[in-house]
Amino acid sequence: MSAENKSTEKVSFFARPAVQSILASLLCIVFGLLIGYIALLFINAKGATEAIITIIKNYFTYPTKAAALKYFGNTLVKAAPLLMCALSIQFCYQAGLFNIGAAGQYVAGAGASLFCALKLGLPWYVCLIAAFVAGGIFGIVVGILKAYLNVNEVISGIMLNWIGLYTVNMLLSGVKETASPYTVTLASTNKAAVLPSIGLEKFFSNNKYVTIAIPLAILIAVLLKVILSMTVFGYEIRATGIAKDAAKYSGMKEKRNIILTLFIGGALAGLGAAFLYLTGYEQWSVTQSSVPGMGFNGIAATFLGGLDPIGTIFASYFIQHITSGGSYLDKNIYPSQISDFISAIIIYLCGFVLFFKYFLNSRIRNKKNNAEGGNK
Amino acid sequence: MAENSEYAIEMLGITKRFPGIIANDNVTIQLKKGEIHALLGENGAGKSTLMSVLFGLYQAEEGVIKKDGKEVVINNPNDANDLGIGMVHQHFKLVQCFSVLDNIILGDETVKHGFLQKDVARKKIIELSEKYGLKVDPDAKIEDITVGMQQRTEILKMLYRDNEILIFDEPTAVLTPAEIDELMQIMKNLAKEGKSILFISHKLAEIMAVADRCSVLRRGKYIGTVNISETNQEELSRMMIGRDVQLVATKEDKEPGKVILHVENMTVPSKLHHNNAVKNVSFDVREGEIVCIAGIDGNGQTELVYGLSGLENITTGKIELSGKDITHASIRERSTSGMSHIPEDRHKHGLVLDYSLAYNLVLQRYFEPEFSTGAGFLKKNEINKYAEKLIDQYDIRSSQGAVTSARSMSGGNQQKAIIAREIDKNPDLLIAVQPTRGLDVGAIEYIHKQLIAQRDSGHAVLLVSLELEEVMSISDRILVMYEGEIVGEFEPKKTTPEELGLYMAGAKRKEVGA
Repeated sequence: MSAENKSTEKVSFFARPAVQSILASLLCIVFGLLIGYIALLFINAKGATEAIITIIKNYFTYPTKAAALKYFGNTLVKAAPLLMCALSIQFCYQAGLFNIGAAGQYVAGAGASLFCALKLGLPWYVCLIAAFVAGGIFGIVVGILKAYLNVNEVISGIMLNWIGLYTVNMLLSGVKETASPYTVTLASTNKAAVLPSIGLEKFFSNNKYVTIAIPLAILIAVLLKVILSMTVFGYEIRATGIAKDAAKYSGMKEKRNIILTLFIGGALAGLGAAFLYLTGYEQWSVTQSSVPGMGFNGIAATFLGGLDPIGTIFASYFIQHITSGGSYLDKNIYPSQISDFISAIIIYLCGFVLFFKYFLNSRIRNKKNNAEGGNK
Repeated sequence: MAENSEYAIEMLGITKRFPGIIANDNVTIQLKKGEIHALLGENGAGKSTLMSVLFGLYQAEEGVIKKDGKEVVINNPNDANDLGIGMVHQHFKLVQCFSVLDNIILGDETVKHGFLQKDVARKKIIELSEKYGLKVDPDAKIEDITVGMQQRTEILKMLYRDNEILIFDEPTAVLTPAEIDELMQIMKNLAKEGKSILFISHKLAEIMAVADRCSVLRRGKYIGTVNISETNQEELSRMMIGRDVQLVATKEDKEPGKVILHVENMTVPSKLHHNNAVKNVSFDVREGEIVCIAGIDGNGQTELVYGLSGLENITTGKIELSGKDITHASIRERSTSGMSHIPEDRHKHGLVLDYSLAYNLVLQRYFEPEFSTGAGFLKKNEINKYAEKLIDQYDIRSSQGAVTSARSMSGGNQQKAIIAREIDKNPDLLIAVQPTRGLDVGAIEYIHKQLIAQRDSGHAVLLVSLELEEVMSISDRILVMYEGEIVGEFEPKKTTPEELGLYMAGAKRKEVGA
């Protein structure tokens, strides 16, 4: 009797959509790492095992706890902007929009925040607002084109990525170091523009790049979850995303919602850029000719996170974790892109999430039927 | 031996379960060769599920299927197709962005050296469509054509594959009376040629007219099979519902009150044909009357309603609701000014299918203070409480109550949910477009009662219907639409279906003043 109860409880546990999503994502990760390992074996079989362990260990490769914590901090510093880009893509995805323009909105945010910080000498909170607005404006352009002229948001988004990149390169060439293509360092030029750490650095062996950006990004993820599932706005956004005609029939302002969604999405990506560049962790290279990958990696993180803001927090961290881990590989033997490769595999496998759920559900059904048959 | 079997298809002891519901409980149906066998049952009785099992879309947990006396396994629609089973589904399975021709040949393409031989297919389709009078434009895209033409495409799809066993899942729901007669003739001819037909319907008159035998399902259970020549409509409806049903709606005479909806010289463009679908139409709907727009599908009724509800901008004219000019009002403003709209396509417009029933029940009201706070949060408790109230009051059946996904509900209960939502808004004007399409006798009776109750409580009702029987039995005034114009105004007591038919077909017209 008790065994029977246990089995029914177990079935209902695995039948939960949230549990299935998490299981599916974990499965994707395992297979992704496995395939990454196979790739490493092909490149150089001898060091492959060590290499994959290095990727997974990331900062744990450092022998001292202090050093490990410091580099854990660095991973978090880069995970925060990634999370913001992922949230940007996800929020738009809920409204049925694929915001590949997040990469360009991220660039716009980087340009606006650095310009305000380095050229205009403004404090950090103004720079954040500037990044928010700049990313948002990039989103609005895509939104207006989509809502009024039905221009596909993927096309206009990708085009804007490039417009954004070269505009920002031009804009920031006035504040670059004379000897290098990089913008002048933030801490030496305008200390007021560096994001405050509010004592967080102490937890990470005085890693000064650990700032309020990290808790803010997590807070925004939670906020988005609340907006999507509990508010009137979220109700409308999701209705527009899954049933455009029904949304129109009920009198929702479809065009306004599309534009507003892309504004918020753009603003999130823009803010993400400020979360990185206002820590001083990275400087912008005004000669770069490819759009930073952060926006694209965000696609990976959002799908791995099961299209849920909370899941995306963990997914963003994981992707950044293996990306950072990849940088510890011996560059003479393995390309550092192996981490990107593994992330890419994982994303491909995310396509199988649906298949996995279907498989799991049919197993659950069969089990149930067998049990019922047995009872008879 | 097998050839000696009297039956083309037998489904013996079929049981199919879904979470929380037994859709088919030990159901047995035997289809004789060359007969038209009707399958009758209320919505959610399990007719569609049973046919999906036969068609290989679902696998039954118990029971066997036999063809010509031999047991067969049908794992997918391809297996069914190989056995010569073809089906016209209740909800069309068409690729929206493909042409009619492409949809018909999809999965059965004639190919030469890897290239499609569309000319061969086109010839066959045109032949079939002429032979059976199934008018279609082979090159029109599905998303652009009317529901009626989509249905005809589905029927052609089946005829194109030369199937022997033909399943018609509610095929007449969207056809005009004349088209129904034609279809009945086609079905009889097909049966005469030796094809076996399973005809799923809840229209008793049609079953009486065309079928040889009829099997009845009720709540997933098999009730019995009767010979049509030995039964009558009353017995069939009793078998189906389990009680006596009032087949014709009754209502008291009532003097209409002041004008609620005033339409003046309204012209509405058509996206499909790039011309005006509704031309210079004027009419009034008053308090306490049901005005019915009758006409053959595709004569501008859809666009008329789009213009009234705001889904489409009108080019010229004026619309007033309770004396207020709403010509340029938004959809939301019209809704909050007292207009309710039961849309023609409940899946496309009426419901957010992936939302719960509760969320769908507040689709027109979620923004009101009753259901959301000033800060923009949804009051989930209030929404659920309200949903429970409507579910109870309007008898909306679903497997898990308020949290059921709308997609998983039966067609009749989806429609009940929409009706509950629109009527509970207490509208001055209720626009109902084919509210009984695809529903069974019990649900139709219920919906007619609701419409009449609206009228009796002094509200205005504008009903768009393709069913002459419905038009004649519940309307107070009938406006006939033909090619985008109102060509006649009638009182149901002073006209006949035959006379209406002449106007609907454009053979006669008279000037109508608003």
